[in-house]
Amino acid sequence: MENHLEGHRHCRVVESFIALMLVAALAGCGGIWNDPYPTSERGQNILYSAFTERPKHLDPAQSYSEDEAIFLAQIYEPPAQYHYLRRPYTLIPMTVETMPAPRFIDADGQPVAADAANVAFSLYDIRIKSGILYQPHPAFAREASGDYRYGDLKPVDLKNVYTLSDFKQTGTRELIAADYVYEIKRLASPRLNSPIFGLMSEHIAGLAELAKKLTAAEAKLAEMGEEDAWLDLSKYDLAGVEALDRYTFRIKIKGRYAQFVHWLAMSFFAPVPIEVDRFYAQKGMAARNLTLDWYPVGTGPYMLSENNPNARIVLERNPNYHGERYPEEGEPQDAQFGLLADAGKPIPFIDKVVFSREREGIPYWNKFLQGYYDSSSISSDNFDQAVRVAVGSDATVTPEIAAKGITLDTSIAASTRYLAFNWLDAVVGGSVDSARKLRQAISIAIDWEEYISIFSNGRGIAAQGPLPPGVFGYCDGEAGINRVVYDDVNGKPRRKPIEEARRLVAEAGYPGGRDAKTGEPLVLYLDTTSSGPDDKPTIDWFVKQFKKLDIQLEVRDTDYNRFQDKMRNGSAQIFRWGWNADYPDPENFLFLFHSSQRKVPLQGENAANYANPEFDRLFDQMKNMQNSPERQTLINRMVTILREDAPWSFGYHPKDYTLHHSWLANLKSNQMARNSMKYRKIDVVLREQRRNEWNRPVVWPLAFVALGLAAMVAPALRNYRRRERDTAGVP
Amino acid sequence: MISYFVRRVLYAIPILVGVNLFTFVLFFVVNTPDDMARAQLGNKRVTQEAIEQWKSARGYDKPLLYNDKAEGVARVTDTIFFEKSIRLFAFDFGHAEDGRDIGHEISMRMGPSLAIAVPVFGLGLYVAISLALMLVFFRATYLDFWGVVTCVAMMSISSLFYIIGGQYLISKLWQLVPISGFSANGIDAAKFLILPVFVGVISGIGASTRWYRAIFLEEINRDYVRTARAKGLSELAVLFRHVVRNAMIPILTGVVVVIPSLFLGSLLLESFFAIPGLGSYTIDAIRSEDFAIVRAMVFLGSVLYIIGLLLTDLSYTLVDPRVRLQ
Repeated sequence: MENHLEGHRHCRVVESFIALMLVAALAGCGGIWNDPYPTSERGQNILYSAFTERPKHLDPAQSYSEDEAIFLAQIYEPPAQYHYLRRPYTLIPMTVETMPAPRFIDADGQPVAADAANVAFSLYDIRIKSGILYQPHPAFAREASGDYRYGDLKPVDLKNVYTLSDFKQTGTRELIAADYVYEIKRLASPRLNSPIFGLMSEHIAGLAELAKKLTAAEAKLAEMGEEDAWLDLSKYDLAGVEALDRYTFRIKIKGRYAQFVHWLAMSFFAPVPIEVDRFYAQKGMAARNLTLDWYPVGTGPYMLSENNPNARIVLERNPNYHGERYPEEGEPQDAQFGLLADAGKPIPFIDKVVFSREREGIPYWNKFLQGYYDSSSISSDNFDQAVRVAVGSDATVTPEIAAKGITLDTSIAASTRYLAFNWLDAVVGGSVDSARKLRQAISIAIDWEEYISIFSNGRGIAAQGPLPPGVFGYCDGEAGINRVVYDDVNGKPRRKPIEEARRLVAEAGYPGGRDAKTGEPLVLYLDTTSSGPDDKPTIDWFVKQFKKLDIQLEVRDTDYNRFQDKMRNGSAQIFRWGWNADYPDPENFLFLFHSSQRKVPLQGENAANYANPEFDRLFDQMKNMQNSPERQTLINRMVTILREDAPWSFGYHPKDYTLHHSWLANLKSNQMARNSMKYRKIDVVLREQRRNEWNRPVVWPLAFVALGLAAMVAPALRNYRRRERDTAGVP
Repeated sequence: MISYFVRRVLYAIPILVGVNLFTFVLFFVVNTPDDMARAQLGNKRVTQEAIEQWKSARGYDKPLLYNDKAEGVARVTDTIFFEKSIRLFAFDFGHAEDGRDIGHEISMRMGPSLAIAVPVFGLGLYVAISLALMLVFFRATYLDFWGVVTCVAMMSISSLFYIIGGQYLISKLWQLVPISGFSANGIDAAKFLILPVFVGVISGIGASTRWYRAIFLEEINRDYVRTARAKGLSELAVLFRHVVRNAMIPILTGVVVVIPSLFLGSLLLESFFAIPGLGSYTIDAIRSEDFAIVRAMVFLGSVLYIIGLLLTDLSYTLVDPRVRLQ
């Protein structure tokens, strides 16, 4: 009897479960269940974005990566910035009153002309605007007596402090010239290991000497057992940088360095107040991650209010922001695309930016499609779903994506990918005719157009030289064709026939891919950092390109560390690499071929170890010139030399594809400006409406699954009940 | 019992030293201190001086294991291995190579890891034991046969398939829960946990159900089971009151040892569901060549594993009065 009742109970449970599912199905008709954000954020003026890699550094003296710039550029304000809409990229003031122009002096300190032969130093007098305030921060909080509220913290004061918001009192102060001077001194700090210290110490007078002084001071502190104690950099003079008054500071550059102004638009030159440095240096702060590397402090439109790089990073509007207005001019077509609709309006438009950590592409992409991210890049996996590329026309979004109102934004990155030949190698390197012809032949044989099509979904353009579009010196159309590798067909480049390449190989002394003297097959070695089975097609493709010339290619696959070792030792023969621009000036690409930058033995950035005295001479002439027809002429000559010498097989300039939802406005790709968040605008009502439309829960499958389970279990239950009854019936 | 406990704790010390040494050697076979410096300083414009300075500031300019320039004990103590390892034994994990406090990170990430691992473990155990008992109950019927076939099929499928399939069906097509994310606040947390917990439980059912079924089948033919049936107990009572209790020793062997390791989180689940736990912390550290974190996590893993083994031994005494630890 008991077992009988138990069986009924089971049936009731199943029935109840099904009923519950049906109720849930009905309940599911309203509201959305998959919103990953708190309900309190619905309808708010918040931009949602994602990041895949946690930022390593948020200290402006240390950060040198794109992933980090997306945060720092919204918080810090270096003296200059790039105009959001204007092209070519133009530097405009950020915190300075006017863009600084250098004055030149000789070794005795006497003014000289810009083109004088005896220029010893360039002086940049930089005057910042008055009245700019820092974001609210506890480092600035003061007692009624005027002392800093948190200037002398004891361990007991930090007992319940885990984040910056645990300090209840905040304050602010005006931005002054000394803050910029302090940050430039920080570049020399041995504690920070700023990545640009080496470069800047070559240019800023006294920076290398300051580094030695600071290293000695650090050593002294370490001897006293106080290696973590605060080192007040204001007590150490930096000969080349000084504050002239409250709002003016001077930077003294050795000789001429015309590209220096571009560095003034990077966060390395953002202001750091001494109070903040002292605040974070207090004992016990670093152990709680209370450092400038974790909680940046700036004057920009946004401030970091939450830093949990494991889950999310939140920027909020800086209540003390000095204000800026949306640009009133841009390129001719900008008005047509609605990019000037907000001209002259105060920015930023968005109150808060939430960056969520997404380690994997699938959830990131699907959340974008559900409307939970406002923009998304496109991975190769999702490319076909998102983009349609018709022959001879621009890429467009697929009908499915277009139906959601999503738009595609494309821009060519200020970047060049290439395959380089080591100039020190006996076979492919050097200026001898045979090696040059071999390099030219390989450059013709490697079909980069095919590479872009196969491995990058067409996202890129084949490079005609080292300079990408958007950088002064780049030539478009017929004038820009690399005539060593391409034929000019009706003003458009067409890769030379493979027979031409074979002829060059034969002239190089390898007819049919064999050494004419020894008869041995020509074997070349390609070093790559590919890893794993996913990269095999790429490697096979390169082997196939060399095979066209009957050259045997051996691929030496290593991890990135070993690859870099080979670069430093000059032991690679042919290798693949790339360069992303620091700033939009041809010097930033062409210096990669200057002999003073050779990796071997100078450990510079010229990884191909290319050396050509004529190129060096032209480069030295060109690097400090203003953009002008004369400069263009020099660049053309330099590019021609590079095409002839072919130290690189110029690969391609990648194209960035980004998708945006229809509710996001004022979007224009800017490869240089990372502080574009302040220009963006969201139609919050439209976003809410679309999210509600797209995310209605579908609950009928649950009921279906429940019924299926019940159907499976019911016979078993019946069987069980029968067995129990049978047992009870046995005498 | 106490002497047994003390002895096991003392045994743990050479094991931990060995694990630490092994990790150290493996790590530095692949990465040199120069590589570590470059990983932190970036790839552009980094000078050799900057690399030397970085190493010097963090003590990576010393010999790895043996300092032949030092005198006496310092030959062993003035090395990277000794200086970086000794503090671990006091559970002072120090700072990551980017300067961040590892202990703080671990404490922050332990919660999210446990929020996934504990329900997956608990529910998984409950479901697997229940299903195994059901299969044993219906042994030699179609339900048992197809149940075992299903288990074998389920255990043959990669856990990645369950994750992607779960996200596709439940989050993308049916839109019932967020596809990824995490919240530490009550109800909000639940909506993020449902899917990863469900996927975690489902992906583990096949293997564990088969395992428990095998254990229970071994027990079901014992004399005491026959006696219980002879007494007139229902089959359910026999299974739940007698068989489960007597199968506890093999169950505990597999289960208790895992409990402390739950703190370490799940690598795949955390990665795909954007759970900010310890599993993803370890993966990030390996990717960024952060030896300090790798060392700390391996050490923590070893300690937890040793604790797990010890707890397993102790738990035997609780479920089987015949077991004595000496």
